[in-house]
Amino acid sequence: MVNHIWLWMILSGVVAAVVQGRVDLVTQAALTGAKEAVAVCIGLISILVFWMGMMRIAQDAGLLEKLARLLRPAVRFLFPSVPPDHPAMGYILSNISANMFGLGNAATPMGIKAMEELQKLNPDPKTASPAMCTLLALNTSGFTLIPTTIIGLRMKYGSADPAEIIGSTLLATMISSLVAILLDRWFRSRYFRSRAE
Amino acid sequence: MEWINWISKLMIPALIVFIPLYAAYLRTVPVYESFGEGSEEGFPTAVQIIPHLVGMMVAVSIFRETGAMQFYLKLFQPLLSLIHFPEESFPLALLRPISGAGSLAFVESIFRAHGPDSYLGRLVSTMQGSTDTTLYVLTVYFGAVGIRRSLYAVKVGLLADMAGFVASWLIVTMVFGS
Repeated sequence: MVNHIWLWMILSGVVAAVVQGRVDLVTQAALTGAKEAVAVCIGLISILVFWMGMMRIAQDAGLLEKLARLLRPAVRFLFPSVPPDHPAMGYILSNISANMFGLGNAATPMGIKAMEELQKLNPDPKTASPAMCTLLALNTSGFTLIPTTIIGLRMKYGSADPAEIIGSTLLATMISSLVAILLDRWFRSRYFRSRAE
Repeated sequence: MEWINWISKLMIPALIVFIPLYAAYLRTVPVYESFGEGSEEGFPTAVQIIPHLVGMMVAVSIFRETGAMQFYLKLFQPLLSLIHFPEESFPLALLRPISGAGSLAFVESIFRAHGPDSYLGRLVSTMQGSTDTTLYVLTVYFGAVGIRRSLYAVKVGLLADMAGFVASWLIVTMVFGS
């Protein structure tokens, strides 16, 4: 599906540019897109380096294991294919907690560490495992208790009550996350069935 | 509700103090060496993501900058007015899954035009806060470990975004009134 989306975005962009008689827009857009992507990754370097260092301390101190043990039933339900004592569990939980508290910067390195651990359990390193898809579903549905970025932005624009959207956001994000988890389960069982045949 | 903001602000400093202190004094971990070992992985991971993100963001940029996105927005307009979906917020639904910076800029433009405490302001706040940039998250997380085939992950992410938008619309209308 990602192949279709990718092709479709490029194709419709080229068609739109041609219709307007401005094919040069495509070249320009491609170059700015590439530049932005590299800039984002450069920005990621500092965050990844710092948090991966911190996470290693937490792991060496056994903190991640503790966190995993604390919330074991929930993760076992979500990730039945991951052994409960696997280090992936600790990273998955720290990723989810960081997302919940709106620590977007810290959540990404933790999520990537979790993916690395899940990759060790993955029989085919080029294809996502079902556990990886579940972790991704949890992250793309944007589950959060405190939408920090938005509250900050509302403050900047002089909102009388910047935090008033916390309740509505929480409810909406619970629904979208629930939908993500249910869909993930459904697609996962379909995937296993199609492989069994 | 101020305290909620405080929790979030205090969280990172608290972690930065708590993790090394706990490790050093309760578990005798050589904290600085440990930090160094872990942080070494940060740079190669960031570099590993570059080609994946370039591929994705080039396509997103072409889609947005050439006006193709505008075309699709116009195409869906009649359908949206039919179900009374607030039209002004629709660009966010299309922008949110593909571009984090782009959707945030759109939210700002709504704040500037209508104010953050208007119906639209609250609606886009809730929409932005309750969803994430699906394509970016997918590219970064899978790119970092070299996954090429993403199975059904994109479908799940995009459908969940859609659920988040519809839920935001209904909830904000019910809670704050239109």
